Amino acid sequence: MDLRVDAGEFLAVLGPSGCGKSTLLRMIAGLDRPNSGRIVMAPAGDPFQTAFVFQDAHLLPWRNVLDNAALPLELMGVSKEERHIRARAALDQVDLQDAIDKVPAQLSGGMRMRVSLARALVTEPRLLLLDEPFAALDEITRFHLDVQLRELWQRGAMTVVFVTHSVSEAAFLANRAVVMDRGGGAIKLDRTLALPAERSNELRGDPRLGQEMKLLLEAIE
Amino acid sequence: MKKTLLPPLIPFVVLTLAVEFSVREGFVRPYLLPAPSAVFRAVIEDRAELAQALLATSSATLAGFAMSALTGITVAVLLSSSRAIERAFYPYAVFFQTVPLIAIAPLLVIWFGYGLQTVIASAFVASVFPVIANTLTGILSTDPALRDLFKLYGATPLVTLFKLRLPAALPQVFTGLRVSAGLAVIGAIVGEFIGGGGLGSVVDIARTQQRIDKVFAAVLLASMLGLTMFGLINWVSHMTLRRWHASEQTE
Repeated sequence: MDLRVDAGEFLAVLGPSGCGKSTLLRMIAGLDRPNSGRIVMAPAGDPFQTAFVFQDAHLLPWRNVLDNAALPLELMGVSKEERHIRARAALDQVDLQDAIDKVPAQLSGGMRMRVSLARALVTEPRLLLLDEPFAALDEITRFHLDVQLRELWQRGAMTVVFVTHSVSEAAFLANRAVVMDRGGGAIKLDRTLALPAERSNELRGDPRLGQEMKLLLEAIE
Repeated sequence: MKKTLLPPLIPFVVLTLAVEFSVREGFVRPYLLPAPSAVFRAVIEDRAELAQALLATSSATLAGFAMSALTGITVAVLLSSSRAIERAFYPYAVFFQTVPLIAIAPLLVIWFGYGLQTVIASAFVASVFPVIANTLTGILSTDPALRDLFKLYGATPLVTLFKLRLPAALPQVFTGLRVSAGLAVIGAIVGEFIGGGGLGSVVDIARTQQRIDKVFAAVLLASMLGLTMFGLINWVSHMTLRRWHASEQTE
């Protein structure tokens, strides 16, 4: 398998269950090591330029929203004052500025996921890895977060790699989509999506989106 | 508070009245089961002796329990530090638990002599294992995704322990402490049977004097000590976890 991701891309990774999509993402993050082959980051260096968003929010339940979002900075040794400023800015980006004093138990599933996103954004990562982040949410919430994520990507200079089960989500969000084969050893389809840069919910009924979804689905099956 | 106090109070009142009635009517011999009023009288008449005994047992229980909490959590942290250490030493923690306390109590007397030290040691031995087992389970079942997150941002094992694994284990730690508190009371009483002092001695002596009402009075106080410990830990647990843990959410 050979995959090159350029800076600033929004890449969706699709494939049947168990093909290794999540493993691929974990290897890019450095959480797992490949048995053979290698992963090269250019430019190499600062590992904290990578952020990871899990399938569920995975917040620290005993901390409020602000301190959850500030956690990566805290672990990196940033001073309390500075990390709170930066966490507030990250929470602003996901419209959670009014919830900073709440604890996760007081939040809805969608809000928790947005805290999780803010926690990933707080280090201003150059590479954002998402592992089926909205899969556990209801569809309305997911649509809303899809739009928000796309806006975040357009605002910053991030590269996004987004693993998903959902063909519609992949087509809606990404600029480029790859489909892995069942064994995970090869890429069956690598396609730059022919869709406008501006993505809003109006696009969801667009026949061009339907066309892209059809192509991706065919490749998976 | 009223709602949690009232339901268990009703069976207590009914049962007490039933026993009182049975003894007065001669269904049960008073040397087998004293009338609740007789137990109450024993509490009043021997209040000075019982209060002193209760104080002695309470201090030994608290000391043994505190040792269990500290040692138990420390041991669990050490056991969790590596799989190899856990495999090597955890069986001994289990073994420690299965040794019958009453069988080693005489040993404790040999080591620590008659008196408070033996009683504390007995309370400790009886109550340390649940703290170890529950804390260890809590630490080891920390959310793997959060462990990954800490790893991603370069957290050292010590930082991960204090900022993630120990706080995440708190609900289980409290579960262990709750069990341990009751066992500490039992351990202290057993220790007092052999090492002397406290409510354990009161029970032992009253038994030989055929003062079954006094035995019951002492047992009642011992139970109340256990209940108080349990309630205290529940309260601390509630205050600590109420903001975040599902088992403590009232709404």
